[in-house]
Formats: sequence, C-alpha cells, structure tokens
Amino acid sequence: MKRSASTWWLLLLLILVALVSLLPGRAGWLLPWRLSGHEADLAHLIFWQLRLPRLMLALLVGAALGLAGGVLQGLTRNPLAEPGLLGISSGASLGAVVAIYSGIGAAFALAVPLFGLAGALLGTLLTLAVGTGGGMLSLILAGAAVSGVLLAGTALVLNLSPNPYTAYEISHWMMGSVADCSWQQVGLAAPFVAVGMVVLFATGPALDALSLGELQAASLGVDLKVLRWRVVVGIALAVGAATAVTGTIGFIGLLAPHLVRGSVGHSPRRTLLPAALMGALLLLLADVIARLLPLSQELNLGVLTGLIGSPFFLWLVWRMKRESP
Amino acid sequence: MTSLAATNLTLMRGGRVILQDLSLAATGGEFIAVIGPNGAGKSTLLAALAGLSPPDSGTVQLDAVPVAGLAARDLARQRGYLPQNARCEWPLAVERMVALGLAPLGGEDDARVDAVLADCDLLALRKQAVTTLSGGELARAMLARALVADPAVLMVDEPLAGLDPRHAWEAARRLRSLAMEQRRLVIASIHDLNIVLRLATRVWALRDGRLLADGAPEAVLDGALLGELFDMKAELRRSGAGAWVDFAP
Repeated sequence: MKRSASTWWLLLLLILVALVSLLPGRAGWLLPWRLSGHEADLAHLIFWQLRLPRLMLALLVGAALGLAGGVLQGLTRNPLAEPGLLGISSGASLGAVVAIYSGIGAAFALAVPLFGLAGALLGTLLTLAVGTGGGMLSLILAGAAVSGVLLAGTALVLNLSPNPYTAYEISHWMMGSVADCSWQQVGLAAPFVAVGMVVLFATGPALDALSLGELQAASLGVDLKVLRWRVVVGIALAVGAATAVTGTIGFIGLLAPHLVRGSVGHSPRRTLLPAALMGALLLLLADVIARLLPLSQELNLGVLTGLIGSPFFLWLVWRMKRESP
Repeated sequence: MTSLAATNLTLMRGGRVILQDLSLAATGGEFIAVIGPNGAGKSTLLAALAGLSPPDSGTVQLDAVPVAGLAARDLARQRGYLPQNARCEWPLAVERMVALGLAPLGGEDDARVDAVLADCDLLALRKQAVTTLSGGELARAMLARALVADPAVLMVDEPLAGLDPRHAWEAARRLRSLAMEQRRLVIASIHDLNIVLRLATRVWALRDGRLLADGAPEAVLDGALLGELFDMKAELRRSGAGAWVDFAP
C-alpha cells in the first residue's frame, strides 16, 4: 500500500504544479479570477492559446521521456540508460534540422515535426539493423555509433547553412523548448506519444522478469526479440514524436526513473508509472523555472535540463564507482 | 504422467561440439542428477532440455510435443529452469524476487510465496534486498524462485553450489520429495556425489558431451566409472549405514 501511496502523492503534486504553472509567464501573471469569458480578451487568448497547450505539451513530453527512460533502464538493466541511447533523439534532430535547412519547414508548419518523427524512426531502424543479434551490449554500442553519425550529420547541416537565421533556428530547435507551441503541435504529437506509451507500459511484466537476467527471463516465457522490438517501437513513437515537436531535451529520461525507483522497491514494472509522472513533473518544473528566471532572453528547456541534469549524472557515476570499487 | 525425451541431440558452439548425439528419456517421479567434470556439457544439456538452447540437430519433446514448436509462455507454464550462478540485477526484496517465478502463471499469489519462503528457510530474509545476500543465501532464494510456480518439469543447474552442508542436504531432499511425492520430473546438475548417491533416483554421467552412464546411483557409481569420468582415483565404500564416495589422492 505504501508503494502506491507514493505514486498518488506524486500525481497530486503534479496536478498542483500544473495548475500553478499556468499563472506566470512572459506576458505577466495571469490570475484566474481576472479571466473574462470574452474570446477577444488578450488574457483569455494567452491562457487558452499559449499557456494551456504549453502545459499539455510539457506534460506529454515529460511523461514520454520519463517512461522511456524507465523502460530502457529496465531493458538494459543499466541505470545510466537514456532515450538518447538508441539514436532516437539524434535521428529526430537530424530530421528536423534537414526540414529547416531545406526550407520545407517554412513551406508548411508541420514539416519540422514530421521530418523529426521520420528521423527518429530512421535512427531507431539503423540502430536495430546494426545492433540486433548480439545481445544488449551490441545494441547500446550500435545506438552510440548511430547517434554519433546522426549528430555529425546535424552538425554538417548546421555548418553548411548559408543563412544565419536558419542556423539560429536550427540551434534553437536543438536546445529544446516547449515555448510558443500551439494546439496544432500538441495534436500532432499526442496520438504518437499515446500509442508509444501504451506499448511501453505493456512491457512492464517482461521487464520485471528480465531483472533475473536474459536466460531466466526467457525461461519464464519472455520472448526477448519481441520485447526488444516493442521497446524500440514504443520509444521511437513516444520519444520520436515528443522530440520532433520540442527539440532535444536531455536528462529527464535519465533522472525520472532514478528518483522514483527506491519508493517502489526497485521493481522495473512498478517504476514505470511513477517515472512517467516524475518526468512530467521535472519537465514542468524546468519550464516554470525557465519562465521565471529574470533573464533578458528565456532559457531553452534543453539547456536548463542539461545544466541541472549533468551534475546529477556525474554524481551517479561517482556513486556507482564508490559502490563497486 | 509427464515425459521428456531427447533424441540424437547434437549441439555446437563456436565450432566446438558440446553435446554429441545424446538420446535420453525421463518421466515424472524421477530425481535425476547430472554429474560430470567441468566442461562436460551439463549446463548446455540442461538448457537444451529446457528448450532455451536450440540444438543443431535432434529434438527435445515434452509430453511428445517438440519444445522448439511451443510458445515460450506455454513452455514456461510446464517447465521451470534455473541457470548456474543466477543473480538479480536490481535490489528487489527477496519475496518480490521469488514472486517473479510466478510470471508464467500470470499474477501474484502470496500464499505460494509464503509457503516456498518457509520451505527454503528464507522467512527471516524476506524483506532484505537480494543484492545484499551472501552467495549461499542468494542461491537458496533463487531455488525458491524456481520452485514457486511448481512446474511439472524442473531443470536446475548446480542449485547446491555455495550452500552449507545443512542447506545443501535440505535443498536436495526438497528436490527428491518433489519427484517422489508430487511426481514432478526434477533434473539437476550436482557435484556433491554423496548427495547424489543418497538422494537422486537416477544418474546421468556426462563427459565430453557424451553419456557415459545412465542408471540408479548405487548401480552406476563405482570406482571404474568415477575414475573415467573425473580422471581421478575414486572408490565407492560401503558400511552398514550405506555407501559413500571417497576420492583417494
């Protein structure tokens, strides 16, 4: 009972933060009792067309990243695993950057996210083609290699970009943000993220069995090939669609499962739901901080999560070193 | 009655022949000890019989159905398997880890977990993280994990390794009673030949991927076989109370 209680508290906290997060922003504080019912009213417009879709996108993307991190760490049995690991984030980057560079992004609004999604799938398939058949380690190494190639491609496009405005747009996108998003983007990402998350949640029992190692998991009826495919497809859909809309946001997928794992007794299956909630909470908090920081230009989310996340990653490595000398 | 049959099993790994044209048959009610020197192919044989290591040629049939054609989940319901040196990668509580063995039955069953924990002398450790257990305690917890679903056929690879004498004998007696009283088929690789001699109902002696002997322990285990098997002088001594194996230096 204690275990599900911590998840309920997390949900309650998330709802509270979500409600509060609607209040502050670049246009000043919005107070709910000042909102009139008039559609033409500026405050009304800001609330319904800017802050609410921004909140929804933050929740959606954060949950997708947190869940994907939990699933990947369960699959690889490696607490340092991250959704960026399988070439998914870098594939989405390259796809979106190509769309911006080629001018297709300017031609119609959804080109960038759609190219990003295609890139995510391409990255995932490349990783699978290279890395399957040699166990988990070869999959991870293949993911690292594919990520390297895709990132180099992204840098190449950035380098070749003749127009400083395009270069600016590309780098802005690579830093990740949920600012200035519309319901259209939420609508684009939501179906893919939803399907991906359903696929990922369904892997829970198999991930639990996998904590006994691949051989015992197989003896308990887990089809490892099918499991790997499910995880990859689920992450490509959920994280690919999320990254395609917001740009790359790191460390949420790494941090979220860690923060909740102890409260659910380290079971990979029980980690999934709280990891998704925690991912949404972390992303939302980062977005609120980004909005509240008194800087002349709003910080990009990816920059902020990187600034907070990388010291945490270092601490994790340091702790693992201490535990296993 | 459960039956397990392997016919002309040959298995190669890395260009080396691990199992060579083995044919074996066993039925429920038997407690079979697989003995042999390191590298004889015991673990490979158990994994192949469990349907987890597909052979290069030959078939394994469970109740006259080829295991290669069974869905992993259906096979898991009938057959339990525990590899050598099994470990758990997350610091789960012992009772949660043991409950993972119920996965093929779909769901949790606290009564079964309680019973098997009591059986394996693990009640005092049930809330402890498996990663903090000693080697022998972990081996006992893993055996409990394999026993909890109570499969018709159970293959366990060196379940007694690392256990102190009392727990080793208790675990072996439990395997024997599974076979004798509940008519399960139990196949275990075991190095303690005195336990094999007293408790197993049958012995498969394996060397270089071939079967050197197959029969009741008292009939099969003699100085000649043990010498051939382990390249070491050995004797079967008898007294009024029973027999024991003595390796003379």
